[in-house]
Amino acid sequence: MTTTTLAPAPGRTGTPKPAPSPIPLSRITAVELRKSFDTRSGFWLLASIGITAVLATGAVLLWAPDSELTYDTFAAAIGFPMAVILPMIAVLSVTSEWSQRSGLTTFTLVPHRSRVILAKALVAIGVGVASMLLAFGIGAIGNIAGSAIAGVPTVWDDGFGVLGYIVLGNVLGLLVGFMLGTVIRNSAGAIVAYFVYSFVLPTLSMLLANGQQWFRDLQPWIDFNFAQGQLFNGSMSGEQWAHLGVAGTIWLVAPLAAGLAMLMRSEVK
Amino acid sequence: MITVASLTRTYGAFTAVDDITFTAEAGRVTGFLGPNGAGKSTTMRIMVGLTPATSGTAHINGQRFSDLPNPGLEVGVLLDASAQHAGRTGREILTVAQRMMGLPARRVDEMLELVSLTPDEAGRRVRHYSLGMRQRLGIATALLGDPGVLILDEPANGLDPAGIRWMRDLLRGYADQGGTVLLSSHLLHEIEVIADDLVVIGQGRIVAQGTKAELLRAAGTLVRTHDAPRLATALTASGMSVVPSTTTGGTDALRVDADPELVGKVAQQAGIALAELRAADGAGLEEMFLELTADTQREGAVA
Repeated sequence: MTTTTLAPAPGRTGTPKPAPSPIPLSRITAVELRKSFDTRSGFWLLASIGITAVLATGAVLLWAPDSELTYDTFAAAIGFPMAVILPMIAVLSVTSEWSQRSGLTTFTLVPHRSRVILAKALVAIGVGVASMLLAFGIGAIGNIAGSAIAGVPTVWDDGFGVLGYIVLGNVLGLLVGFMLGTVIRNSAGAIVAYFVYSFVLPTLSMLLANGQQWFRDLQPWIDFNFAQGQLFNGSMSGEQWAHLGVAGTIWLVAPLAAGLAMLMRSEVK
Repeated sequence: MITVASLTRTYGAFTAVDDITFTAEAGRVTGFLGPNGAGKSTTMRIMVGLTPATSGTAHINGQRFSDLPNPGLEVGVLLDASAQHAGRTGREILTVAQRMMGLPARRVDEMLELVSLTPDEAGRRVRHYSLGMRQRLGIATALLGDPGVLILDEPANGLDPAGIRWMRDLLRGYADQGGTVLLSSHLLHEIEVIADDLVVIGQGRIVAQGTKAELLRAAGTLVRTHDAPRLATALTASGMSVVPSTTTGGTDALRVDADPELVGKVAQQAGIALAELRAADGAGLEEMFLELTADTQREGAVA
């Protein structure tokens, strides 16, 4: 590294500049989108969505019995890795500002943390929905190819309504990751919490429901994972929407509100 | 201009920043000096809204930091050069900031050139940067928006002597063109050569502030003798304030709040032979720094 004694900063004229205009939310969102691609881990996390979708499609083509070669099978196979990866993207978009300490710069360039967090949420949901659409596309190609190879009719058993439910289910899962990132603000901690949230708690809830009648009646209302699971079954009754709303308020909306309140007041170190 | 008024930050029973009031003027370099843990960084974090103040205010050009529409264009901030995503390249970190501020892309190249990071270095991930390179990148980020105010926390850390010299010239130039520069350090010599004004902080409180010239003058006279206790008594009797000095490394030195000539007369009248008698400036500021912050020094070994 050479050190040259340069003249003072170029462009620094000392004359008063016109008052700067505020940073629009669209710009913050665009920068946050860039930030989710521009590290090696971020890039591969996003790339893994496409990769796992292709792998899952390939697995169905290779191993599923001919009778199972329907769009629903492809959608389900692709949906599983997606349900794990999307929340991780949401977790890291929030926690990396703290774990990597880049928040020191981010929150001094935009001192309104709520705007940064809103931009991150928009990016996470946008990436989630775009990924799902990409995955559905890969699944559709797989379905056409699979039925052609096996010589069976191509079955489109999932309509747009069903796919819409799947997108909503995954976006909710992604928001759970976002919520945990906001509350915990530490990458490792939030990822562990996500797995506890989505794999340990449902198991405990199921065991409790099997053993206790009173809990079995209550479970759809207070087990968010259970209520969310209905979305992946392809149809939702009015009561099931109510279940989702109540459980979602308890497990997603309330902690998210608390996490945001803490985040706005916390120190960025 | 940075105006800090009665700023206080407490953590439970601990007061990290205790009723701090000072102004960093435009066109001047203000040195923010204090030992480790004195509250410098906390004060700077409060200025830029990363830490909420318990009470008091900090204003930049008369505005609260959070009211600045696009802060990067008005205030350049470097709080911790290591606080960057280790997986981004140096160029990418600058590009992210450039986009957020809404600046033209060429600004990134201008800044890389200004801080002497080669295209090859700029393309490396920050994980592989030395501390000196991180500091240069941090300074580049701070200068990116051509701000009128700079807030830099220990910017010389990790720079080699040539780098320190380079930064000094850069900041001097900035202030000479009307910019406000506030930089912190726990190293007096580093600050002494560049600052116009000094704010000395210890245990969260301001222990001294003023222009460097004023503070140097206040440092008085340094006198050495083999009979320090007797001279101290004589000087005190003449109404001078006397403190033991460790500047010389021995126990035979005193620092006196009076002119050397006066001290010499008192010594002559008392019949005490002097080993050394001189104005205490230069060494004086360091002594003042050690002394003023003695209570807060972990070593606590002054005098």
